Amino acid sequence: MGLFILRRFGVMLFTALCLTFVVFFLTNLYPNLEKLAKNQGNFRMSDAEVASYLGNRGYLRSLPVKYGEWLGVLPGYVIEGSDGKTRGKCFGPDDTKETADRYCGLLQGDWGFSTVFKDDVLSIINTRLSLTAKLMFWVMIVMVPSALIVGVMAGMREGSKTDRSLSTAAILTTATPEYVSGVIFIVIFASSAVGLKWFKGSATSAMDSANFENFFLPVLTIALYGMGYIARMTRASMAEVMTAQYIRTARLKGVSFRNIVMKHALRNALIAPFTVIMLQFPWLLNGVVIVETLFNYKGFGWVLVQAAGNNDIELLLAVSVVSVVVVLVTQLISDIGYVYLNPRIKVT
Amino acid sequence: MDALSWGAIFGRMFMQLMPVWISLVVLFVFSMRYKRKLGLYGKLFDSMIGMIGLAIVMFWVFTGFFAGATDMIITHDPLSQFSGMKNKVPGTAMSSAGDGEYPFFLLGGDHLARDVFSRVMAGSTIVILIAPLATLFAFLVGITLGLPAGYYGGKLDLVLSFLANLILAFPVILLFYLLVTPEIRLTGMPQYMAVVLFAFPLIFAAVMINSRYYVAPQTRNILMVAILGSLGWLYVSLINAPGSKITLFDTIDLFDVDGGLLTVFVSVVFVNSPTVYRIVRGLAMDIKTRDYVAAAQTRGEGPWYIMLWEILPNARGPLIVDFCLRIGYTTILLGTLGFFGLGLEPESPNWGATINEGRKLLSVYPHPALPPSFALLSLVLGLNLLADGLREESLKD
Repeated sequence: MGLFILRRFGVMLFTALCLTFVVFFLTNLYPNLEKLAKNQGNFRMSDAEVASYLGNRGYLRSLPVKYGEWLGVLPGYVIEGSDGKTRGKCFGPDDTKETADRYCGLLQGDWGFSTVFKDDVLSIINTRLSLTAKLMFWVMIVMVPSALIVGVMAGMREGSKTDRSLSTAAILTTATPEYVSGVIFIVIFASSAVGLKWFKGSATSAMDSANFENFFLPVLTIALYGMGYIARMTRASMAEVMTAQYIRTARLKGVSFRNIVMKHALRNALIAPFTVIMLQFPWLLNGVVIVETLFNYKGFGWVLVQAAGNNDIELLLAVSVVSVVVVLVTQLISDIGYVYLNPRIKVT
Repeated sequence: MDALSWGAIFGRMFMQLMPVWISLVVLFVFSMRYKRKLGLYGKLFDSMIGMIGLAIVMFWVFTGFFAGATDMIITHDPLSQFSGMKNKVPGTAMSSAGDGEYPFFLLGGDHLARDVFSRVMAGSTIVILIAPLATLFAFLVGITLGLPAGYYGGKLDLVLSFLANLILAFPVILLFYLLVTPEIRLTGMPQYMAVVLFAFPLIFAAVMINSRYYVAPQTRNILMVAILGSLGWLYVSLINAPGSKITLFDTIDLFDVDGGLLTVFVSVVFVNSPTVYRIVRGLAMDIKTRDYVAAAQTRGEGPWYIMLWEILPNARGPLIVDFCLRIGYTTILLGTLGFFGLGLEPESPNWGATINEGRKLLSVYPHPALPPSFALLSLVLGLNLLADGLREESLKD
């Protein structure tokens, strides 16, 4: 088991390195750098001005060197610019060549500086991620129990009326992407023209103080899309368990249906959905980006959109590191948890 | 003229969609009649869910066709603006309808005074064109790589699976933001990706013909030249565009694909193919242990013959079901791209972009955002129901 986890960590690290390099490559393509320069300087820069702006700030060197600097395995650049000013990757506001650190990358705990927000990347990620964590927490609270209940109810009597209607509802929610259900919910519950005006159509105020009125719609919108899928998996797994021999035995010896479901079937039926729930995390990330844009909730997904839209290289790298780690860690947890829950399977 | 009531609006929309209804009725009557001769498609008409799904999907297919190829459905030009129609509610009469112009905005006007009804109908053409084709390409890529990975296993499997997991570990939206920007288009990246991704159908066709007809070289050569020639020409026309990074084949270029459209297409194929790869790989690993595969191996058939003519046909059930689901997923992805304003030009009537424009004034004027939302929802729902029906019917025998 220890070796298995160790090996998985090795693969994870390698995957994360590959992915960040891809992001690095794409954001460092010249037209993207040009956009960055024009955003930072001014939009009427000539081509030569763009080139000197980028050259002075070390953007025009070879890709592996820049990537190594970002990682912190190569010393940061110090360039005497064409405008006579000396700039360095590791220079603080009032550092000079002598006082600045030689290395400043990921390994030294320095995530870089965001060009859009003019702030330290690490602190941006911290504040935004905690806001999104709040959102995700409530999504999980709403999504997981309701999905499991729907799935178990549908799967315990396969082919019944309850099963048919719940399954159709589950299909309906999986067919409704967040940007559709969000729009429909806003019109029904929040629109000032025709709606019921129960909730607010914007979750901006929920960043400081979340309450039912301003937070329910975004949570529901994300939860609903993931719910259908988990419910369908639970239903399939429950239906399969209900046909097993030991359920028939329990039935023949006269255990009540309620007890069969609660005591005999449920435990085995919940193994498969566990994996599915863990693997839903990466999908929820997509939902988070859409819903945060739709409801104007300035969390992690909103930062992703801002960083990508403005080619904020270091912020974008941090965002991708975080999301890749989320994806890989949940995969690892789902694998380990599966083994733990199901003693019939052994890790090799 | 007065504004229309809701009943009149729906009545007029029904009339406007008449060619679609006629086509649907014809399709269903013929399919019901000959359902015993139509294989899996015919069996679909035994399941209520499958029939509902098929009806919804075919509704949008016909709508997309008639709206794109004829001018029977669309009432106004989806791109032009009409004076005095800004944000008007559904059923508003045109203030100055010219001769032969449709006198009403059936579903109202949007914030740029364009007709919502026509935009939604024109949007269906875009979806119907891109989504199935992109899914097909993703399947060809996934099959061409997944079959050998599952059949041979070993190092090949290791490398390909690592690459697939790499792409899958990317959040889709981040990938879209990195790939589908005007800046990236300037570097020619989408075109280079198209060169790689669009080559897979060619490879697939070549391997398929060769493995089948290698015993009859003459037939094979004729087929090869004919099929690869025409496919190759299409391939070259697709990747080549004057004034871009690839202009090598300007002289034989058949048609030009809009740069934004190509970028969207390539990135959707790119995002979808790893999942297909994983499914095909799993199926191939399962099927290669069957007796008929062993029999073919004993007969001395080559590995590609076994993969393409023994394993693939026996994996068709789950693949067809997944194909339907994946078209739905691709539709959602296209909507996501439109929602974030990536890819297609901003005034294009694709559903995602229309939803995104409508949501800005959502609480005051809900009518421009709702029709495209329901259109997208119903198409994806139809595809899901169709997949469910197909799964049920294919499990029966």
